[in-house]
Amino acid sequence: MSAAPVFSAARAVWDALRRLSGDDAYERYLGHHAHAHPDVPPLSRKAFYMSEQQRKWATINRCC
Amino acid sequence: MNKLFGIVLAIIGAFAVGGIALHRNEPINAMWLVVAGLCIYIIGYRFYAAWIQARVLSADATRATPAERLNDGRDFVPTHKWVVFGHHFAAIAGPGPLVGPTLAAQFGYLPGTIWILFGSVLGGCVQDMVVLFMSTRRDGRSLGQMARDELGPFGGFAALVGTLVIVIILIAVLALVVVNAMKGSPWATFSVFATIPIAVLIGLYVRNVRPGRVMEASIIGMVLLLIGVAGGGWIDQSPTLRSMFDYTGPQLAGFVIVYGWLAAIIPVWLLLAPRGYLSTFLKLGVIALLAIAIIVIHPDLKMPAITRFVDGTGPIFSGKVFPFVFITIACGAVSGFHALVSSGTTPKLIGSETDVALVGYGSMALESFVAIMAVIAATLLDPGVFFAINVGAGVVGADPATAVATISSWGFPVTVDQMQDLARNMGEHTLFARTGGAPSLAVGMASIFSSTFGKGLLAAWYHFALMFEAVFILTTIDAGTRVGRFMLQDFLGHFWKPMGRTSWYPSVLISSALIVAGWGYFLYIGVIDPNGGINILWPLFGIANQMLAAIALTVATGIIIKSGKLKYWWVTGLPLAWLAIVTTVAAWQKVMSPDPGLGFFSGAADMASKLANGTLPAAKAAVAPKLIFNQQLDGWLTIAFTIIVWLVIVDMLRVAIRAARGLPTLANSEAPRVVRTAAMGTGS
Repeated sequence: MSAAPVFSAARAVWDALRRLSGDDAYERYLGHHAHAHPDVPPLSRKAFYMSEQQRKWATINRCC
Repeated sequence: MNKLFGIVLAIIGAFAVGGIALHRNEPINAMWLVVAGLCIYIIGYRFYAAWIQARVLSADATRATPAERLNDGRDFVPTHKWVVFGHHFAAIAGPGPLVGPTLAAQFGYLPGTIWILFGSVLGGCVQDMVVLFMSTRRDGRSLGQMARDELGPFGGFAALVGTLVIVIILIAVLALVVVNAMKGSPWATFSVFATIPIAVLIGLYVRNVRPGRVMEASIIGMVLLLIGVAGGGWIDQSPTLRSMFDYTGPQLAGFVIVYGWLAAIIPVWLLLAPRGYLSTFLKLGVIALLAIAIIVIHPDLKMPAITRFVDGTGPIFSGKVFPFVFITIACGAVSGFHALVSSGTTPKLIGSETDVALVGYGSMALESFVAIMAVIAATLLDPGVFFAINVGAGVVGADPATAVATISSWGFPVTVDQMQDLARNMGEHTLFARTGGAPSLAVGMASIFSSTFGKGLLAAWYHFALMFEAVFILTTIDAGTRVGRFMLQDFLGHFWKPMGRTSWYPSVLISSALIVAGWGYFLYIGVIDPNGGINILWPLFGIANQMLAAIALTVATGIIIKSGKLKYWWVTGLPLAWLAIVTTVAAWQKVMSPDPGLGFFSGAADMASKLANGTLPAAKAAVAPKLIFNQQLDGWLTIAFTIIVWLVIVDMLRVAIRAARGLPTLANSEAPRVVRTAAMGTGS
């Protein structure tokens, strides 16, 4: 009896949580950047986070 | 198989709805509402939404979405449908579906429940889904832009004005709810105030200590928020400390106004963004907990199905059940505001056109289910207690003995001892006249939570529930002020270029101050109103929100007809016709009614004559001129909004008739069809 399926299920839940909360946004940005603009150095983690906040809160993203 | 499943659901659903409607003289269990709701939402989603998606919208799974075509790894990112569902739900879920159904419970549980269920599956969910689809076809353009592109400049202008007005009134009414919840309660005030430094701390953490680690920061923040609630209880015990957090309504309104302005001008990462994370975590967590707890304890509802107040004599707000139950429920069934989220952020994440049913329709169905839970939390209270909490001192009298006598005389017995016991259990000085819906919802939630997750913690649960409501109301206040500021800057930029530069500091300060002054005015009037303010402000908000929904449905109907689908006009056209009737009748009554409790102008005239005759009590006479002016202003606002909505409808009909006759209209503004390729799906 191996524990591997339990680990992979836990891993999937963890990944889904990170995806939903936006925790993995920087990794996804790096992934996209690497193949879309390989010649341009990517933003640092902090610079990326800051510019994301500006973008997200410049539009209606909360309701009644 | 699908059909069999549908038939079984339909039978269970019909049985549950029938059970709700026919149980009259005995208490009904909350599970009837839960089961009826789930069946109706699933049938609506599986059959109606799927049909709309396939037939009316002709969603095309092979057509690349803007997220795929314009993938930039940030704004436009093709995203898994359940993740988009989560984001979209977190964006549309606000305090409206909690407050509206609580207030509408004055009619009994039945009218509100029926409108929440059927209004959402036939109206609100359809609106959200159709607007989401149309914006996805147009590279994520906003409702205002789509109105301008498809109908003409007038439609675009109306959508812009409608949005700005509703943002201002929405913020005012929500701020009033928070102020009323904190008024004279050091425990609540401390827990709510504590959320501000906690958010700042989290903001610094996610920026400087561990950049972008949102999850761990949110978990730390949640723990701090809980410590804040516990700390409030401790402060409440100390006579000196508690006096530092004991404020009147006008003082708290002053705090909220200054706070709102500061929050709008400081960088987003410092306060708004971290609180956004915390409020999303809290919101999803509390909604899940509430659903579990309601199913575990499945309480009986003590409120009658229909109360005598359907005749229009209700003490929480005036007006008959038609049209005011529809206006009051607002966001729990149909919310025009959702059309702004559905045409903005969300379409840029849609990975396939066939995801819009789940994301648009499904999220609104869940939002509507939150409204059902709010109905349950309000109606499981003793009706006498419910009215004692929610009716303003101006209606039943400030003295507890008079208040209970008046409420008991309506047929809802309640005693002073009962209210004092309840207040003591909840850790409050008094629960009389705590208008706005938040305190009564918190009492309901506290009783549900404490009987599920441990008795004896009533007071802590009560203040946790208040803090929960306050956190996401404050998020909506900050985010709304900021969005209002951008819209105002955009508008003022037409007259003087520098004002339109969103990062030019003088423009930021001035436009933020103007937006805050707009909602601050309505908040201040609400706070000084002896009737609680919510009875005037909430209907105004409800009318504005439903009229914005009418504008969104008008744009959608116009686009459906223009795209050659005239035979399906009714999918959005019938909800539009219903909303147009409901809001126009409500607006007519609020403007023309001779009943001073209902009509804005007759209310103003009545108060003016009492002021002239000297029959007003001194406290009321002091504020009367402001209240008179405000009622007249509200009347004119209602008139202006109604005229705008009807002009948009007429404009749409003009375009629709031309389209139906084959005459030229503005060109279809959809982005050209591009077939999805394997290279596009790299965004995960």
